Formats: sequence, C-alpha cells, structure tokens
Amino acid sequence: MFRQASGLLARSFLSSSRSWVRPFSTDLPAAPTADSSFAEAWKKVVPNIEPPKTPIAFVNPRPPTPSSIPSKLTVNFVLPYASELSTKEVDMVIIPATTGQMGVLPGHVATIAELKPGVLSVHEGNEVTKYFISSGFAFIHANSYADVVAIEAVPIDQIDPSLVQKGLAEFTQKLSSASTDLEKAEAQIGVYVHSALNSALTG
Amino acid sequence: MAMAAVRREGRRLAPLISPQSITAVRPSVISQEQAPLGLRSISTQIVRNRMKSVKNIQKITKAMKMVAASKLRAIQVRAENSRGLWQPFTALLGDTPSVDVKKNVIVTISSDKGLCGGINSTSVKISKALKKLTAGPDKETKYVVLGEKAKAQLIRDSKKDIELSITELQKNPLNYTQVSVLADDILKNVEYDALRIVFNKFQSVVSFLPTVATVLSPEAVEKEAESGGKLGELDSYEIEGGETKSEVLQNLGEFQFSCVLFNAVLENACSEQGARMSAMDSSSRNAGDMLDRLTLTYNRTRQASITTELIEIISGASALEG
Repeated sequence: MFRQASGLLARSFLSSSRSWVRPFSTDLPAAPTADSSFAEAWKKVVPNIEPPKTPIAFVNPRPPTPSSIPSKLTVNFVLPYASELSTKEVDMVIIPATTGQMGVLPGHVATIAELKPGVLSVHEGNEVTKYFISSGFAFIHANSYADVVAIEAVPIDQIDPSLVQKGLAEFTQKLSSASTDLEKAEAQIGVYVHSALNSALTG
Repeated sequence: MAMAAVRREGRRLAPLISPQSITAVRPSVISQEQAPLGLRSISTQIVRNRMKSVKNIQKITKAMKMVAASKLRAIQVRAENSRGLWQPFTALLGDTPSVDVKKNVIVTISSDKGLCGGINSTSVKISKALKKLTAGPDKETKYVVLGEKAKAQLIRDSKKDIELSITELQKNPLNYTQVSVLADDILKNVEYDALRIVFNKFQSVVSFLPTVATVLSPEAVEKEAESGGKLGELDSYEIEGGETKSEVLQNLGEFQFSCVLFNAVLENACSEQGARMSAMDSSSRNAGDMLDRLTLTYNRTRQASITTELIEIISGASALEG
C-alpha cells in the first residue's frame, strides 16, 4: 500500500511537472516560451502521448541586447566534461581564431569564430588566466555574452615543456617518414598542435 | 481425512489392496491443505522451495539496485557537467523542433541492457510519433538507432527505415572522443536535412523527461535564416575563420551534433541507471511481500498437518479405549 502511495505521488509529480518543474541544481525552471507550435502540431497527430520536451525548455534565459555598451563581458567557457567558466564577468578575452588572435571586448560585434589550437586568455582586472585549448568554436552575441566551446583545455602552467619538445620531435619525425595521406595528415596535426603548445609556453 | 480412513482400513485390508492404487491417490492430495500423515513433508517442501527462490530473487534485485545506485552517482556528475555544452548552440541557433524539411533522421538513444523500467519503450513511442508527425508527401523519415532495446522494438515494424544501428555503446566508459567518432559515422553515412535526437533527460532519480533535440543541416540553417524567424538574426553574425561562410556553418553543424549527442547519451545513461534503481527497488519489495505471504501459507500448512496427526492419534487412542 505504501508502494502504491509512492507510485501515486510520483505520477502526480510527473503530471504537474509541466507547470512546476522541480528546480535541479544546473537547470532553471522551464521557461514558458517553449515552442508552442511544436506542441500543438504534436497534439493534433498524436493526442494520447504527451509531447516531449525540447532543449529550449532547459536553457538559462539570456538578457536582450542592451542599448548602451555594458562595462563587462560575460563569458561562458564550456568543455565536454566541465563548465570552466559560466557567466563570469570579465574585461576582455583573447581567443585563438583561425584568422589569428582576436581580442573581444564588451560591445563586440556579433561573431561566429572557428578556433584553432592556441591560447585563450581571460583578462579580469589585473589578473590574466591563460588556457591552452584544442580547437572549437566561439560565439559572441550582441548582448556582450561570449560562449567559447572547446574540446580540451589546460591551464598553461600545467603543461610540461619537456614533453612538448619530445612530442614535437616525435611528430616531425613521423611526418618525414609518413607514407599514406592519412598518416601524413595525422602527423601534420601533431606537429601543428605541438608547435602551438611550444609558442604558447614561450610567448 | 479420507486418506487417513483408507489407511486405517488398509491395515486390516492390506493383503487385498495393491500398493499401486495407494500411490496413485497420493499426488492428487498434494495440493490440498489437509495433507495427511506421510504427505506433510512433500507439500511444505514445495512451499519451502518457493520461499528459498523468492528470497534469492529479493537478494539479487537488492544487489542490482545498489549497483545501479553507485553507477548513477558516478555518471550523474559527468552528465551535469556536460549540460553546459549544448547551451551555447541553442543560444545561437535557437530551437526549431517544428521545422519543415524533406529528409528527417530520428536518432533514438536507448540502453543495451534490460530491467530498466519503461524508458526504452517511451523513447520508441516518441520516435514513432515523431515519424508520424514529420510524415507527408515528398518527405522521408529514417531511423538511426543507438542501443539494443530500441533496435529490437523498431526492427519489428520499421525494419526498412533503419539506416544505421549501433550497439554496445557503454562497453567502455563514455567519453567525448568515442561519441564524436560515432557522430562522424552518422553524418557521413546518412543524408539529412534535420536530425532529431530522442532521449530521456535525467531530471531526478524518479523522473525522466523524454526530450527531442533538433540539429539542422547547414543548408536547412541557411534556408531558415533567410525565411526569418528565430534564425533570422544569424545573418547579423560576422564569420571569422574558414574560407567561406558555408564551410564554417558546416563545421558548426557537425560540432553541434556531436556536442548534443554527447550530452544526450550521458543523460540517457543516467536515466537508465535511475530507472533500473527504481525497478529493482519495487521488485525487491514485491519479493518481500511474496515472501511474507508464502511464510504464512507455510506455517498454516505445517500447523494443519500437525493438527491432523494429533487428531489421528487421539481418535485412534479413543477408539482403543472405547
């Protein structure tokens, strides 16, 4: 009987979850601006099953474009296994775009930038934090929000210079002895990343 | 009672009654409550065997619940950390589940192992409903199936619509490299205008929400951007890097797919462990209830046979006296 009661509780929780989503540590309550046309189209075709949720119900809402340039840039730096920085207010970030190092200040024009392996530096007041990132993407929105999505990132001080030199030598040697196109491409990528690491440590 | 009377008569009529007839009557009496002398141990034996097996089941399901709980704890941390990964893409490109395109590909994520409640059936139900929703003249919808359970269910009626099926995803702990290779495989082999990823989002240990995440191909993105609406602002973004805008958009689309897929796979794995935990919990509670009922039956059977034995002895003794 107790089990049935807990089952009823769970079911009533689920049915009311549309109007009241239990706050979870990383999610905000469901925004009512969920895509209503999808839900309506769903109900017409499949009336007995509840429509599934869509990601828009789980995003943290963002402020609209302000009329004046804000003083700080809000940065979200995410990796697959962690959110390094989430909504951190900084003065400037320098991102390693494929076209070169790009400085981003508050009020930067909206941009989609592809990133190459290089150094990302975050400037907050007087302190500068540098990360070496593998490639990824950076989106700069008109409301001075910057999203940097990368696959791997390490703080510069955790990189071992001797290992970098060793890797660079190894991949240069592989590049010269590569026979197939695939091997050549792999070795080239290795050389590229290691020389970027090298310049990150020295520069 | 009848059997006891027969046996009492049997002592006087032993030379007349053949042994086979007595043994023939025995099996029919086993199921009755009032088992006479000699048959008591057989019927309680049966109940005792059932009790032993139910107790073992209870232990096994309790252990499975503990295992699922510990696996859930480990993977929940990683799923929560990966939640930030898809948010930048939704912030940039919005979410367009009601987009109208010609080629839809539904990526259904499910588990390989069973005993996890109803989450796989829910995913398959939603996938089939999505197929109905996106069907129409001149449109086609295909499936890409991840996981054994959805494959088994979908292969029954939509065998020709399954483009690709991948199993044994969780043999090694999930990591981004594996998922990106998988995403690359899917993107290379499947033609699509819109990819819809169906998975169970982990909200809490008792609640899993079926969710659909939509990823558009670069051409579909261009089309939607031109027609205005949510993606209309996309043109206002400057493109840095790459030679052409379409190349960057293509890389963006592929990157978005692998990020969203990574988060979806982790969330589904979390939901699987949570559902298994609650399924095993209710199963062990069920087994406990069954054990209680069997214990009562066992005791009743035992006491009834003792009573019968006493009655026989006493009536035999009183018969001798009087």
